Amino acid sequence: MTFLLLQLLTGIAGASALFLVSAGLTVIFGVTRVVNFSHGSLYMLGAYVAWSTLTHLPATPLGFAIGVLATALVLAALGAGLEMALLRRIYRAPELLQLLATFGVVLIVQDATQAIWGAEDLSLPRPAWMRAFVAIGSERFPAYDLLLIAAGPAVLGALWLLLHRTRFGTLVRAATQDREMVAALGVDQRVLFTAVFALGAGLAGLGGVLALPDGSANLQLDLSVITDAFVIVVVGGLGSLTGAYLASLLIGVMQSLGILFVPKLTLVMVFAVMAVVLVVRPQGLLGRAAATVREAAAPPLVRPAPRALRWLAAAALAALIVAPLLVGPFTVSVLTEAMIAVLFACSLHFMMGPGGMPSFGHAAWFGLGAYGAALAATALAWPLPFALLLAPLVAGIIAASFGWFVVRLSGVYLAMLTLAFAQIVWAVAEQWSGITGGDDGILGVWPQGVLARPHIFYWLTLAVGTAGALLLRRALYAPFGYALRGARDSTLRAESIGLPTARLRLVAFAIAGAAAGLAGGLSAYSKGSVFPTYVSIGHSVDALLMVLLGGVQTMSGPIVGAFAYTGLYDTLLLATAQWRLVLGAAIVALVLVFPQGIAGATLPAWRRRAA
Amino acid sequence: MSLTRRSLLAASAATLAAPAIARAAAAPIRIGEINSYTAVPAFTLPYRNGWQLAVEQVNAAGGVLGRPIEVISRDDAGKPADAIRLAGELLNEQKVDLLAGGFLSNIGLALSDFAQRNHKLYIAGEPLTDALVWEKGNAMCFRLRPSTYMQAAMLVPEAAKLPAKRWVTVAPNYEYGKSAVKWFQQLLKAARPDVEFVAEQWPALGKIDAGATVAALEEAKPDAIYNVTFGGDLTKFVRQGNTRGLFEKRGVVSLLTGEPEYLDPLGAETPEGWIVTGYPVNTDTSPDDATFKAAYKAKFNEMPKMGSVVGFALIHAIVAGIAQAGNTDTNTMADKGFPGASFATPFGRATWRAIDHQSTLGTFVGRTALKDGRGVMVDWHYVDGANALPPDAEVRKMRPA
Repeated sequence: MTFLLLQLLTGIAGASALFLVSAGLTVIFGVTRVVNFSHGSLYMLGAYVAWSTLTHLPATPLGFAIGVLATALVLAALGAGLEMALLRRIYRAPELLQLLATFGVVLIVQDATQAIWGAEDLSLPRPAWMRAFVAIGSERFPAYDLLLIAAGPAVLGALWLLLHRTRFGTLVRAATQDREMVAALGVDQRVLFTAVFALGAGLAGLGGVLALPDGSANLQLDLSVITDAFVIVVVGGLGSLTGAYLASLLIGVMQSLGILFVPKLTLVMVFAVMAVVLVVRPQGLLGRAAATVREAAAPPLVRPAPRALRWLAAAALAALIVAPLLVGPFTVSVLTEAMIAVLFACSLHFMMGPGGMPSFGHAAWFGLGAYGAALAATALAWPLPFALLLAPLVAGIIAASFGWFVVRLSGVYLAMLTLAFAQIVWAVAEQWSGITGGDDGILGVWPQGVLARPHIFYWLTLAVGTAGALLLRRALYAPFGYALRGARDSTLRAESIGLPTARLRLVAFAIAGAAAGLAGGLSAYSKGSVFPTYVSIGHSVDALLMVLLGGVQTMSGPIVGAFAYTGLYDTLLLATAQWRLVLGAAIVALVLVFPQGIAGATLPAWRRRAA
Repeated sequence: MSLTRRSLLAASAATLAAPAIARAAAAPIRIGEINSYTAVPAFTLPYRNGWQLAVEQVNAAGGVLGRPIEVISRDDAGKPADAIRLAGELLNEQKVDLLAGGFLSNIGLALSDFAQRNHKLYIAGEPLTDALVWEKGNAMCFRLRPSTYMQAAMLVPEAAKLPAKRWVTVAPNYEYGKSAVKWFQQLLKAARPDVEFVAEQWPALGKIDAGATVAALEEAKPDAIYNVTFGGDLTKFVRQGNTRGLFEKRGVVSLLTGEPEYLDPLGAETPEGWIVTGYPVNTDTSPDDATFKAAYKAKFNEMPKMGSVVGFALIHAIVAGIAQAGNTDTNTMADKGFPGASFATPFGRATWRAIDHQSTLGTFVGRTALKDGRGVMVDWHYVDGANALPPDAEVRKMRPA
């Protein structure tokens, strides 16, 4: 019994740590609607800044308190700087574009942190008071964990007071509910947003410094924290601090008790909880329906491309067809990957742009297709055409059955449910070694016969990729596509004229999944192997980056974005050891220059000139 | 047909050239190297220093076959798909003579498969997975470091000496952790039929819930603990374990923890008396090791790490294979050059085994201790890799024909 109590306390201490990480994210999202992907980077910087500060301060509780405060302030200043230099310029850009910008920041911070603090893990020497414990029964419980248990509610309380007992807090709450009205009433939004961002960054720093005594400052912190933070924010309900604390408690305690009974559940526990919560409560535990955002008028109708653009596309396609005759085998392999990326990006664009369903877990379908094709090719010894046909079938059917849960949600909640599902697929790929090979993957999925020649396989990929992209486009200009866009722009009106919006979205979801699965199948053959990394969050982010970079509200966006992103990435990876810094800076620059995406910005300009 | 002709040409050219010109004017032998430089910098940066030092030394001594060696290095960003693309670039654009490198097991396997497909040699440095030379072994792939099986097998004799009967295990929840636990359990039970494994914990890699994990292990009241976590997870695990007294009066056997990469961050909290595999970096283990450490320190102004030794030994192991082959033809290197070739490393001499292409490079087994607030390895002894491998008959059974 003592043991269970102890484990419960451990879970609550873990919950405090989770809450501190996510509180800043939820505050920032609630007011600015920015999906701040760099929140984990701020947390990591917090740990490093704290290490530098605390190793120079006396190792007493007072010294620690000063270090904690100093770190939070430094991070708040960094956050304010980030908001003023970057985010302020792109609030009016399409939803989720800020995610792209902050991803650029993640890359920059990774290289900068390594340059400043080095590659080795930095751990804080713990003085005796940090290593102390209290005896509970015959067991020991770390005294520092008691501090953490207190820190969660203390920060929650302080934030509550700030939000409910100060003018600043009133404005923040008002902006969370209706920021246009707040602006209309004459509140300086710029100052408000900067302050909120500084607050959120300071909280991230606080999370980093308070976690430091239990571990180390290392370069993996940013990405390992960011998903947990998103999960907490979404499970709690976007913008709700109390919700975030409840979600932290739920997940922290489930984790610490769960490993007692099923130790191997560690990979999925968090995401399984999130999936269940979102299915039962689509707005999270304490979330409210999203405030009306008036400025988000329906995106303009995307019309078929002008004649000149069609000629340009035809010329590009012709160039792609003859390319293998002119370039070497390496360039052919890069082009093959680019075509796979085009199909992958188009499939995400299909559900995200016209379908209005953003996804943070699109790699799930890509991976399911890849594993489907690889298993068919190796275990069943199917020939390539059949294995390749199986890929979209597997992905599409699973997407259709899972889509039933997804299409009832919207916005970030929907995106996070897809992420949860992708993580579950990933965990299965890692855990089910007998079938998937676990982390060692499936090898030897190479095409045979004439297709083994790289340029022939490239032509196959080009043909399948182009056909896939064109079919997706065709579907969007069919009545189905217009109905889908109608359902996105006004569900109420669409339903009142008799459109089955849920079914439309479900079909779109399944089609997008199938197309991504086809891309995955091609990828399995082009690489000769499949690994769980195909289903990883990083791969889902790649798809998002390509679509956002190209422009969500265009048809050619995902194609332009896929070529731009894979081209940039492949070139930089070869060109410089600091590729993350340069790629991050390039993404930030592109976002600032083309807030509507590359295609999204150039097409209207083209039309204006043509008119 | 064309292969035979090319290899004949290459062989005759080498015979003609070798005695005549033994100077750097000859075209360099190109080694295409791929590793996770940005994804795992704590290991791969010292590793890069190691191979750079070796390349410098080899070329200063006149190269191999009268030709200097040149390493063309690529960063795989920790992703198998990128590694495959870059391997193609090295092969087709850079025209390298062979491929080398790798840190993550799945990237090692992907590169090995690629090498077989493209009929090019791939010399894996770090990837630990047993599959690389056994279940998924192939003619084109060689591996330098002692595998997961070998590391576990090196610890078992020491573990068997402990009086402990009740064991618990904690390992990251993926392939490496799983095989490290599987082998240890199997080998320890064979050596000590009276031991039992009473609990296991499988934290997610990089996301250990250390307090809960430590408490769950403590609750099983074990006599001894087998740990496979490393890096940031290990630091968290050790800190919670210290505070909660998990390691007191218990034997702990821990894989790789004696490597400076993982031992250094533990600092003053390094638990004493853990039985570990690793590299005692603060004492010279042999004259060769002393020479290596001095040269490394002179060039980079820091002590080497395990990665440095892997990078350094990798180049010498490749050079030995090429020297024995007499040319850089892939078939000759794979059939005659590498199998049986012996090479010097800071740990002592090692050989490429013909039976499974595993090298006999070993590692040190010792105990952790605290010295001036830092973790060190004491009471160490070197275990030759050749003594930590299963009998040949079993190896043949595991390796595809």
